[in-house]
Amino acid sequence: MAGVSFKDVRKTYDNKIEVIHGVDMTIADGEFIVIVGPSGCGKSTLLRMVAGLERITGGEISIGERVVNELEPKDRDIAMVFQNYALYPHMTVYENMAYGLKIAKVPKAEIDQRVRDAAKTLELGQLLERRPRQLSGGQRQRVAMGRAIVRKPAVFLFDEPLSNLDAKLRVQMRLEIKRLQRELGVTSIYVTHDQVEAMTLADRLIVMNAGIADQIGTPMDVYDRPASVFVAGFIGSPAMNFLAGRVAEGGRAIELAGQGGARATLALARATTAAAGAAVAVGLRPEHLAPADGGPLELTVELAEPLGADSLLHGRFGESRETVTVRLPGHVRANPGETRRFTVDPGHVHLFDSQTGKRLADA
Amino acid sequence: MEKRVAFNERWLPYLLVSPQILITLVFFFWPSGQAIWQSVLLEDAFGGNSRFVFLDNFTHLLSDKDYYASARLTLVFSALVASVGLGVSLLLAVMADRIIRGATAYKAFLVWPYAVAPAVAGVLWGFLFNPSVGIVAWSLAAIGIEFNYVINGNQALALVVIAAVWNQVSYNFLFFLAGLQAIPKSLIEAAAIDGAGPGRRFWDIVFPLLSPTGFFLLVVNIIYAFFGTFGVVDSLTKGGPAKATEILVFKVYNDGFRGQDLGGSAAQSVILMIVVIALTVVQFRFIERRVHY
Repeated sequence: MAGVSFKDVRKTYDNKIEVIHGVDMTIADGEFIVIVGPSGCGKSTLLRMVAGLERITGGEISIGERVVNELEPKDRDIAMVFQNYALYPHMTVYENMAYGLKIAKVPKAEIDQRVRDAAKTLELGQLLERRPRQLSGGQRQRVAMGRAIVRKPAVFLFDEPLSNLDAKLRVQMRLEIKRLQRELGVTSIYVTHDQVEAMTLADRLIVMNAGIADQIGTPMDVYDRPASVFVAGFIGSPAMNFLAGRVAEGGRAIELAGQGGARATLALARATTAAAGAAVAVGLRPEHLAPADGGPLELTVELAEPLGADSLLHGRFGESRETVTVRLPGHVRANPGETRRFTVDPGHVHLFDSQTGKRLADA
Repeated sequence: MEKRVAFNERWLPYLLVSPQILITLVFFFWPSGQAIWQSVLLEDAFGGNSRFVFLDNFTHLLSDKDYYASARLTLVFSALVASVGLGVSLLLAVMADRIIRGATAYKAFLVWPYAVAPAVAGVLWGFLFNPSVGIVAWSLAAIGIEFNYVINGNQALALVVIAAVWNQVSYNFLFFLAGLQAIPKSLIEAAAIDGAGPGRRFWDIVFPLLSPTGFFLLVVNIIYAFFGTFGVVDSLTKGGPAKATEILVFKVYNDGFRGQDLGGSAAQSVILMIVVIALTVVQFRFIERRVHY
């Protein structure tokens, strides 16, 4: 068991292009960390640097007390689950799981014990003599996990392990991974682009954007107080709406730029530190908008999407025609072209610097 | 579900396949039939008359010491060509798979030998090793090794093997490289995390996954060694010295067109035909199994 720490970790490829621009963080022993971000943000590269599959070109990664920069993957005390499972096709399930232990020259009886224990935990008992191609996607996924478990590593690494599964199986496996991680208490780093996986699995999230860790925090932290426009737009579905606005006199309200008239003013729960008149991006989550006669937000409906439990209204805001999505409970009917008014709880207004995209601090 | 194309006219599909069938009949079945017919005839050397002798040609052949010697030689020769050819090309493919810079150029150069006709390959290697003017023979002589394939049977065989392998390495190389590149990189990475070093990864993971390709190439190379090497032998040694490189396919030619024993030569061809049919069956069986994998 061990924690993992990153100290100004950087990755530069041979062509001098830097793809990871200095990541700092400390992962506690037993913590489940999810690295989430769009494709190309460097999340897999970061994971592969922990695994030893990519060279660390700057900074330090430690597992436990050891700096692992120069260690071979096998000496890092890690196990990895790959997106395509990477099961050895010519070996049986048993052999797949036992391979690492065999190389480590673990006594046969112990190998057998460990493999059977893992198989029991993962309900693979019946499948030990099968080959990977005779298994379903979910079963292969479980074997890949079994191969990781039997080695009793200090850290589990998951590289988008569920993206090859169908939606239903993904939910099921997600729960299984969570349960297993809780049971074993092994520090885990999990890479995904799926925000639902990220939110549900993580003790803490790392939201990566273009080689930078934009925000590190608990899922609820990231949802409630996104650190940047990028994080705010990436976490949450449907994505957060952004409207251009200005800080009003006194810093306790925002005037929206896209709509004339005094009514387009949003009150803030806490005063902002930004100067009066400063241009800001106002972030409003679709689920925080509520219908209200005389509300500050006037929306021209373009499309209504009924989802069953909820309905989504897509429309345009005021005169600026900025796109806005609203999520309303139950069945909502709306005709294209009709206007509706909405209000928002002051506690759910997010302000970002319109230049840097960073969250603006409260006073 | 198999997709079938429906034709409105019944004769159209037959018309469309007829050129292929015609070519097969004229250039394959007719000569093969001729060979089989010839193999039961005893022919006058000058083509004056021929006599039906039933299986006499075969019984004569199967009691001929020379024929067995040639058969043994062919086995040794094809074992050498196949093993050296596969070994060298696997090595080259593994190296080519590793390099990143200049990979395309490297591959292109390795494919070139395949564009050289076997007979030309034979001439090339003959020049290099020519006892009086060959640059390699000369260099060897300079370090005290006397290499004269014109009089030394083992050296002649070695040279024929080298030329034949050189000609075939490209083909094997391409297949091995494709096979290597079809192995997902994550498998190798998984093995590395499992603690396997480079050698172990090769033997435990890469080699078994490459074995279908290897087996396919083995069959292809044996067929090549049996039949495709005629040009190399003909241009290098003509089966000599003292029949040291007279493999079966060359003996067919030697006995038939130089020895004028058309019947005996035809009987040898028929036996070779059976061998190649057997090898082809093995190959097809195998390929079929692969498809259903």
